[in-house]
Amino acid sequence: MIATLAFYLFAGLVVLGAAMTILSSNPVHSVLWLILSFFNAAGLFVLLGAEFLAMILVIVYVGAVAVLFLFVVMMLDVDFARLRAGFSRYLPWGFALAVVLATELLLVFGQGTFGMSAASPSHAPVIAGMTNTQALGSLIYTRYVFIFQAAGMVLLTAMIGAIVLTHRQRPGIRKQSIAAQTARTPAGAISVVDAPSGEGVTL
Amino acid sequence: MGFTAFFQGLLGHDIGYLVATIILILLIALPVMLGVAMAVYADRKVWASMQLRRGPNVVGPFGLMQTFADALKLFLKETIIPSGANTGVFLIAPMITFTLALIAWAVIPFDAGLVLADINVGLLYLFAVSSLGVYGIIMSGWASNSKYPFLGGLRSAAQMVSYEVSIGFVIVCVVLYSSSFNLSDIVAAQKGMVLGIGNGNILNPLLFPMAIVFFISALAETNRPPFDLPEAEAELVAGYQVEYSSMAFALFFLGEYANVLLMCALSSILFLGGWLPPVNWAPLYVVPGFVWFMAKLFGMFFIFAWVKATVPRYRYDQLMRLGWKVFLPLSLAWVCVVSGWLVFTGHYG
Repeated sequence: MIATLAFYLFAGLVVLGAAMTILSSNPVHSVLWLILSFFNAAGLFVLLGAEFLAMILVIVYVGAVAVLFLFVVMMLDVDFARLRAGFSRYLPWGFALAVVLATELLLVFGQGTFGMSAASPSHAPVIAGMTNTQALGSLIYTRYVFIFQAAGMVLLTAMIGAIVLTHRQRPGIRKQSIAAQTARTPAGAISVVDAPSGEGVTL
Repeated sequence: MGFTAFFQGLLGHDIGYLVATIILILLIALPVMLGVAMAVYADRKVWASMQLRRGPNVVGPFGLMQTFADALKLFLKETIIPSGANTGVFLIAPMITFTLALIAWAVIPFDAGLVLADINVGLLYLFAVSSLGVYGIIMSGWASNSKYPFLGGLRSAAQMVSYEVSIGFVIVCVVLYSSSFNLSDIVAAQKGMVLGIGNGNILNPLLFPMAIVFFISALAETNRPPFDLPEAEAELVAGYQVEYSSMAFALFFLGEYANVLLMCALSSILFLGGWLPPVNWAPLYVVPGFVWFMAKLFGMFFIFAWVKATVPRYRYDQLMRLGWKVFLPLSLAWVCVVSGWLVFTGHYG
């Protein structure tokens, strides 16, 4: 009973969060609703018995990716009026997309291949004597190892691309060299001069 | 757990489970809050005696009631919401900080078998909760609609994201040794870890550097000095807390100290052997594990207070450099070293 109640709580909040993400006028609020949605999706993963995926979802998406989202959106100077101006113009396109997506979903679920129901939320492929994490690891690093590595390479390429695009060498700026700083000794940095009074010293 | 079974027999399966769990949650949360009050007091006392002052000594015997007096004072103050603030987010932010600081304690094993939720991804859960902690701060910084809180919030977001990365790699090193994310298993795996004598990962020469990295990252993650940039008094007044008053401020304050205690508990579980005595010697096991765990927790807290009293604050670019250019490569390389060593010595059979 508790699992069912929890399912409806999480599922309801996911839907609410997703709806409010596109409905709220303030972009920061949108990101916060999106985070709520992510977080409750993690709750759904827990109910399905995929606790490793749930935690990774929270750590990666909520804890890191969404923080950067929020970071960027918070610093943007968004003109809300201009943002909403194009709403009616893009509405037909959005509606068409929604229809296509809904048709696809209906086609998939109509066949009954996804026999999911909230009442029995334990569809996890539990292998005896093996935790979720081990099961995932033993699949990813054996059967899907090449696909896994390829995904890693794609991400690496994206990362290098982003760095190449944003990194620029600015000539003439002074940079701090920690090694040079710590390697300094009093002998090279200061000189103690016994100055006779009334006369200047030449350094 | 016998406790849950007792209530389930009394009230039926579901209701009994709910009631038993709520009682257990209170049994953890209330002592944690009391511990936080004492930690604030202890922090001030340690700090004071390192500066040759007396510290709080007026309210109650030895000033023990000082924190409660402060809490009462804050409780009686007026809650001020700035007119330019984004009210909803402004009020939710301290609640998030406080709640996250408390829910993390659900998976902490205080003794063998003495844990509320013995889940098999306990360490990841803790990591996830601590990575969520940034939201309380960044939301309060933004919702205050004021420049110092905003700067504090931005600094904190960047800082916590940076140091989480190295904490993650340190956690991987520890998990490689214990082959489990379960905190009880991690503690159990440390028994007789070093030549069958020492209990605790910190005595392992391969994990000792990671213990240091973890400790420093924990300081940064909890915004403690020398990494308290988000609330640097000299530059940002009080950072993200500037616009908060009364209980909203108190929630931030308590949440912060609860997080510090949590990091102390986590370092004693990951590196100091949790509820195990420091040396694997039979007479030491007579002392209850709970006592060992608490002793380690308080020891870690003393070191946190010690660092606060003695180390000057980092400059922001130095903080970022330490996180990204020193700790990240070091901990990433160390994951390779540790896993290579474990495979080489046949740890996984």
